[in-house]
Amino acid sequence: MIDLRHVSKTFRKQAELVDAVRDINLTIERREIVAIIGPSGCGKSTLLNMIAGLYAPTKGAIVYKGVPVSDVNTDVGYMTQKDNLLPWRTVRDNIAFPLELAGISKAERAARADQVIKHVGLDGFEHRYPHELSGGMRKRACLARMMLYGSETALLDEPFAALDAQLKLAMHDLLLKLAAETGQTVVLVTHDLMEAVTLADRVLVCTRRPATVALEQKIDLKRPRDVLNVRFTKEFKDLYDSLWERLRVEYHEERV
Amino acid sequence: MTAPEANTAPSDVQREAPAAAPPAQRELGGGFMLICQIVLGVALLLAWQGASGRLVDSFFISSPIDVGERLFGWIVDGSLFLHIWATVYATMMGFIVGSVVGVVLGIWLGVSPFASRLLNPYLNALNALPKVALAPLFVLWFGLGIESKIALAAVLVLFLVFLNTYAGVREVDQDLIDGARLMRASRTQVITKVIIPSAMSWMFAGLKISVPYALIGAVLGEMIAANRGLGYLVQFSGSQFDTAGVFAVLIVIALLAVGLNYLVEIVQYRMQRWRIVGR
Repeated sequence: MIDLRHVSKTFRKQAELVDAVRDINLTIERREIVAIIGPSGCGKSTLLNMIAGLYAPTKGAIVYKGVPVSDVNTDVGYMTQKDNLLPWRTVRDNIAFPLELAGISKAERAARADQVIKHVGLDGFEHRYPHELSGGMRKRACLARMMLYGSETALLDEPFAALDAQLKLAMHDLLLKLAAETGQTVVLVTHDLMEAVTLADRVLVCTRRPATVALEQKIDLKRPRDVLNVRFTKEFKDLYDSLWERLRVEYHEERV
Repeated sequence: MTAPEANTAPSDVQREAPAAAPPAQRELGGGFMLICQIVLGVALLLAWQGASGRLVDSFFISSPIDVGERLFGWIVDGSLFLHIWATVYATMMGFIVGSVVGVVLGIWLGVSPFASRLLNPYLNALNALPKVALAPLFVLWFGLGIESKIALAAVLVLFLVFLNTYAGVREVDQDLIDGARLMRASRTQVITKVIIPSAMSWMFAGLKISVPYALIGAVLGEMIAANRGLGYLVQFSGSQFDTAGVFAVLIVIALLAVGLNYLVEIVQYRMQRWRIVGR
């Protein structure tokens, strides 16, 4: 469904050129959950930005459902590390924002927003403003907004990096549940290997900048997964260890 | 001059609770301080009265009693209110015209990189120009009536509001704009639902600091060429060597300025309560 063909991206930083991504080839299937992992600052976010159509690759092409991405890709929902909630809107108005943009009536907006608010466990907080919420609640609001937008693909850029361990688990559970319900394709960028193996069908290990795919690993743990206990199974440990070995090389090279 | 004020403004308007208490009463012992302030004022008036004609020629400094008589005379014959109204009217109209044009221009240039780069040198030149120097031009264009005062006040307001709005629009988080575009927001929707609300606190900061400038523009315009208004009255009194008259008008202008500032504070307080400027 998403094809990256020989994608490279070069940024101009004053006089020098910085290669963020070099020659990535990648095909993501419908309903697949793909985790991209690699050292921080390696160009993973650049990759998502290009899939979202926020900027164009320097070389190569990104083909989404057979059509090259040339402008903002409105078929994707994009959740960044920073939650992009509008600070002057209440939780409900933020979540209903995509419906408002689509010109749906106020009553219907409220009804549909309240439904997803309940679904992500934010009921009682509809009239709060984002700055009055905890980090985890803001993430949930973002997920709810993405659900309501109903995009077929979700791009997640280190969405849970700032959350504590328990909250992270709860969000993982919620994310898997929502993805299964809506049949979304998910591309997740992370530097947390545990998170990657827990959630994904496939993990890609990126090299340090310029990013290119060093290793691809299928994660054939059965679904639905129990995000709390899956990590204690032997299969999980084997996958985790082999991936970690490869990552260690990348991180090691970075340090030298 | 506007930049530092504009920078602090968004954090100013964020605060909610402390704004509830009027500034004067916030400090402990507000009542005691008020008494001290009144005592100081009375002492200054007495010193002025005492010095007048004894230490300094009353031609230069008049005296509180003469000033009071002049004010009383103008109030009784009603002429003072005519002049106050002329100035207030020019200030208000200038403020409205200037802020509307400034906001529109600020948003337009803020969202249009081409226009802003094209007009940049010209706007800089116009902004650097002391706007007061435009007064003769406005007299030629709009005549001796109230319109030329409105124009001068409007131009002073316009640049302050424009610069703040423009800065506010440029400050808008690009991620919020991208987020809205990814959710199929049209260009108009991005402007009305993301950019304008986000720049709102900057716009209000610009509006707030430009209120006194509207008054300055109106008074200056009246001083240059007019037959009514407080600026005219101070100019006229001066040319008649009527020191008491000059002081009387200065007092009225100062009171008017204080009143305007108070009005701005009330409006700002309301805005915060309605969360129009919330963040």
